[in-house]
Amino acid sequence: MKARHSEPMIPQPFRVAKVQKETFDTFTLQLKSSKGNGVSHFSPGQFNMLYVFGVGEVPISISGDPSNGTLIHTTRVVGNVTKAMGKLKVGDVIGVRGPFGTPWPVENAKGKDVVIVTGGIGLAPLRPALYYFLKHRDEYGKIVLLYGARSKEDILYRRELEQWRARFDLEVHVTVDRGTGNWRGNVGVVTMLIPKAPFDAHNAVSLVCGPEIMMRFTVLELLKRGIPESKIFLSLERNMKCGIGHCGHCQFGPHFTCKDGPVFPYDQIKDLLEKREI
Amino acid sequence: MNSNLNANKDLHIVRREDLPQLFNILIKDGHQIVGPTLRDGAIVLDVLEGVAELPLGWTDEQDKARYRLVKRKDEALFGYSCGPQTWKKFLFPPDHILFKADKTRHGWRIDAGENAPPKFAFLGMRACDIHALTELDKVFIAGEYQDSAYLERRENIFIISINCSVVGNNCFCTSMGSGPGAASGYDLALTEIIDGDLHYYLIEVGSEKGEEVLGEIKHRTASQEEIRKGNELLTAAAQAISLKVDTEKLPKILKKSVEHPRWKEIASRCLTCGNCTMVCPTCFCSTVQDYTDLRGSQASRLRKWDSCFNIEYSYIHGGSVRYSSEARYRQWMMHKFASWIDQFGSFGCVGCGRCITWCPAGIDVTEELRFFCQNPLLDTTAKSA
Amino acid sequence: METLERILAEHPLFKGLDPKYLKIVVGCASNIRFEPEQVIYKEGDPAEKFFLIREGKIGLEINIPHRGSIAIQTVNSGDILGWSWLMPPYKWRFTARVYEPTRAIALDGACLRRKCEEDHALGYEFYRRFADIIVQRLQATRLQLLDVYGHHTERQK
Repeated sequence: MKARHSEPMIPQPFRVAKVQKETFDTFTLQLKSSKGNGVSHFSPGQFNMLYVFGVGEVPISISGDPSNGTLIHTTRVVGNVTKAMGKLKVGDVIGVRGPFGTPWPVENAKGKDVVIVTGGIGLAPLRPALYYFLKHRDEYGKIVLLYGARSKEDILYRRELEQWRARFDLEVHVTVDRGTGNWRGNVGVVTMLIPKAPFDAHNAVSLVCGPEIMMRFTVLELLKRGIPESKIFLSLERNMKCGIGHCGHCQFGPHFTCKDGPVFPYDQIKDLLEKREI
Repeated sequence: MNSNLNANKDLHIVRREDLPQLFNILIKDGHQIVGPTLRDGAIVLDVLEGVAELPLGWTDEQDKARYRLVKRKDEALFGYSCGPQTWKKFLFPPDHILFKADKTRHGWRIDAGENAPPKFAFLGMRACDIHALTELDKVFIAGEYQDSAYLERRENIFIISINCSVVGNNCFCTSMGSGPGAASGYDLALTEIIDGDLHYYLIEVGSEKGEEVLGEIKHRTASQEEIRKGNELLTAAAQAISLKVDTEKLPKILKKSVEHPRWKEIASRCLTCGNCTMVCPTCFCSTVQDYTDLRGSQASRLRKWDSCFNIEYSYIHGGSVRYSSEARYRQWMMHKFASWIDQFGSFGCVGCGRCITWCPAGIDVTEELRFFCQNPLLDTTAKSA
Repeated sequence: METLERILAEHPLFKGLDPKYLKIVVGCASNIRFEPEQVIYKEGDPAEKFFLIREGKIGLEINIPHRGSIAIQTVNSGDILGWSWLMPPYKWRFTARVYEPTRAIALDGACLRRKCEEDHALGYEFYRRFADIIVQRLQATRLQLLDVYGHHTERQK
């Protein structure tokens, strides 16, 4: 029998331990439980519902390292709640419910090449997976990270990306949609990086997160390379009010994005992805 | 479909004049009795003090977008089909405070939860209503996470169901396999029989608690003749239901009809008012609203019923996923008759017909379902409307 | 040692090309190197060449008044740089600036254009093969046009 959670709708108080501005519209919060234990167990790909006192609650994916359990969230300012969240300071209290949702298939990917294709803020939910892969580096084949951003100013985790790029056991390619100023890296959509990325398509797992349209095009390129549909995983975004399959908002066809997702194998959702307004 | 009383159980008779005893014993036992009563030109559900508040001698006439109360020729207490309200409002309140929080010197703190909810006795649940409750149970308590507000209320209810001898024009429980008689899920099931001057209730016991309560009321064992009469009423009710839906291939047909031009046609009539979701006994969607007092020192979070017909329902930053009304109608219908099966193993519709009665545009869900069944979208058909 | 002929024959652009045509291509090819920040061609210049990038990175830039140079796309190892030589008015639409040290094979487009004109079967091969590349870039550009990472508030009706 599954564990029962009796008060899943009541946020637990956490304190903001660190605030970091990432880009002009994104920031990262590091949280610590008010009750003292800073540890929170989660799997890469899961999300929390974050509550700002009196303003509201939003689902935000977890971006920290799953092995040390530090609760880290990178958020983009897109609405009232995220705007209020962006104004929080160290020591402020924030409500947390979770972790919720399905994880990236990091276990099943063992022994295989891993191809991460991500765009924009989509890198945030994939960072825990990357931490996991790097911690268990010997258990995987090639690891490729393809990341697209709007412009160089919009690149998330820039310093970390540089460190990853410097590693010999990790293939990192970053591209931007607009090459401004002194940018001398790749310019063009992230899907353009897929045809030449070094991985064995027949023994690879791909993890994809970004705007839905970007994911659709990414899948086409991955399939062209020969990765089977069942080995491509996408993380979807839908309206969520509860995170536990009770409020109905996140339905995507028969799936509750909050509990059957957000991570789905492509073959499970491909028919729905092609349709409008599902 | 259940149109026969359970032949393996002892059936009992409680006379009409002894019915107040049922109220007395339940109230004495600490129950808050909720049942049908007349208000605002409709039979609604509310807390009842006694038999006198039941809709004595009234029935309802229903049709597409039509509901009228009509006087009966007899003094039946349960001689109507179903009103605009459903029992879910007592277990899953239309608005419910999830929590309150107070600002403190060092941040804020969540207040203790709400007062314990009443112990309900639901009097007059129909078979379809009981089926709806089973569906809500699957949503709120059967999964990994339980809704504590629902569970607290649900655990202690005493259910007295009424087998339907009156059917409305919009009833289609026989197609959904949920009526007109209740097969299980009740503590006591009543069939109201008026036979000339005789007015009595044929009673089936569904639980130990039901047996205990019945033991406190004046009753006797039912005769074969009385049982025959009850069966006759139920069979007649089942036969009187004329709305039919062939559910066998429905999920498959609908799943293939995602791009059917019919959605657009329905949308030309649908006002996206969400009435159908409000009166539906299984619709469970909710949203949350956050409030603060003027000083900003106390915050509360309210859970409210929501509807997939609201455009904000599917909002993610930048816009709503389902912005057209056809997409929203499709979401509602597909959820009830296709994806609910994937999610919960059954249809999300119990055939009560409320959505047909209370749709201001008179959209008849069974008519639409029949349309999809009769005009399936072939794989090769052009997909544009 | 890798000969020009082998490199060209193995490149996707020329794969399966009739040997007699490949010979023509080889005849128009030469090795070339570029240093970072070097401009290979400028917007508006006559387009007489194209390049098969063996290694390196080149940015296709356009100069916008008050905004400076904006790169629209980069071309990397294995890619083809330039197709304006194939279509009138045979002028470059972008400026190609070297981002990383680049080794390439330069092909004389003006010469090949004449050969295509003389032998339409060769012309067909060239247009077909370039159409592939152009379509790929067009699709990518369309996606780029959507500005998928931007803030969007307009609601479709």
